[in-house]
Amino acid sequence: MASDDEAAGHPALTRRAFCQAVGVSACAVASIGAAAVTVEFLRPRALFEPATTFTVGPPDSIEIGAVLDFTEHRAFVMRLADGFRALSSVCTHLGCITRYQPDQHRIACPCHGSRFSLEGEVLAGPAPRPLRWLEMFLSDKGLVMVDTAVEVPLGTVFRL
Amino acid sequence: MDPVKTLTDNRVWRSIVRHGIRGTNRNRVMLVMENLFLHLHPAKVRRRNLEVSSTYYLGAVGVTLFVVLTVTGVLLMLYYHPSVPQAYDDMKELQFVVGNGVFLRNMHRWGAHAMVLVVFLHMLRVFYHKAYRPPREFNWVVGVVLLLVTLLLSYTGYLLPWDQLAFWGVSVGTNMVKAMPGLGPTLRFYLLGGHIVGENALLRFYVLHCVVLPGALLLGVAVHLWRVRKDGGVAGSSGLRRTSRRTKP
Repeated sequence: MASDDEAAGHPALTRRAFCQAVGVSACAVASIGAAAVTVEFLRPRALFEPATTFTVGPPDSIEIGAVLDFTEHRAFVMRLADGFRALSSVCTHLGCITRYQPDQHRIACPCHGSRFSLEGEVLAGPAPRPLRWLEMFLSDKGLVMVDTAVEVPLGTVFRL
Repeated sequence: MDPVKTLTDNRVWRSIVRHGIRGTNRNRVMLVMENLFLHLHPAKVRRRNLEVSSTYYLGAVGVTLFVVLTVTGVLLMLYYHPSVPQAYDDMKELQFVVGNGVFLRNMHRWGAHAMVLVVFLHMLRVFYHKAYRPPREFNWVVGVVLLLVTLLLSYTGYLLPWDQLAFWGVSVGTNMVKAMPGLGPTLRFYLLGGHIVGENALLRFYVLHCVVLPGALLLGVAVHLWRVRKDGGVAGSSGLRRTSRRTKP
């Protein structure tokens, strides 16, 4: 018994083939859905990580030429003659925390020996880029604040 | 009364071991074929392939180390909590308080180092004996995957003591992941379960180390051994015959 499809030159779609196609398609859709749900599950929605902003203090409390090392916030804050700068202390090589070496007036990474100037420029070692400069702002109470999540262009001095 | 006969001449024994225990050729083959674990191996092996210089038993040593690591690892899990800062305290407790804890921990640690070394040596052995050539190309690829899984197991275990070495090792490693073009930062975020090496990262590495990767390794080893049999046994080189053996076609 020829169907309309066969009359039009198409091979007949049997009931069995149709059911198989529906079954396989349903399994494929369910698998893709399951994969998507799993990926979504693996991405945490709420992170209980430390805040990225921290308080340095009142502007007058920081002397000109001072280099403050906020290891727990992974940032250096320096006061210059004309303002402030905040550098990320995360090494641009592989993410170790660099330290300020006061006797040599430079910043050094303990992991692979990268050295940086107080402007964050690479002096030696494998670091591919200068240290990141970070956003600074004044709080409502007039305190100097740093946001380690926001990067500013190199050389952006924060002036009061 | 013959104790062997008492043990074997009953219905229970015959339901487990269908064939007899006589040392005939047929029974030996049956013993291998009818055992889930042994049947991954060939039923018959050339005598020269059993010589030390043929394989140096590196694959077998690797599997043995994996068994040692599984047993000691499961025991260590009984005292270890993957949380901050409890993980470090538990590691210290295992070293100084738990009975034989330091022995088991060191066994796990040195066994892990040894396994990486042995798997590398196994690969070198296969390479220098030309045992990667047809028909064994696919098994070489399976072996490379197994080497990778071994390295990942070693690396995920590295974070678990939660000491300075672990923390910075994983900071550096996950920043290497971040350097991957395009997908890097996302992959690092998923791997750490956040932006920093913290509680989520420890838990994720723990699950990878204790469940996901050992499971993958077990599956891979099963395929690897099965393929050794299907590809005609190991292709070793016997030093005893002073002949440069050609690999099998």
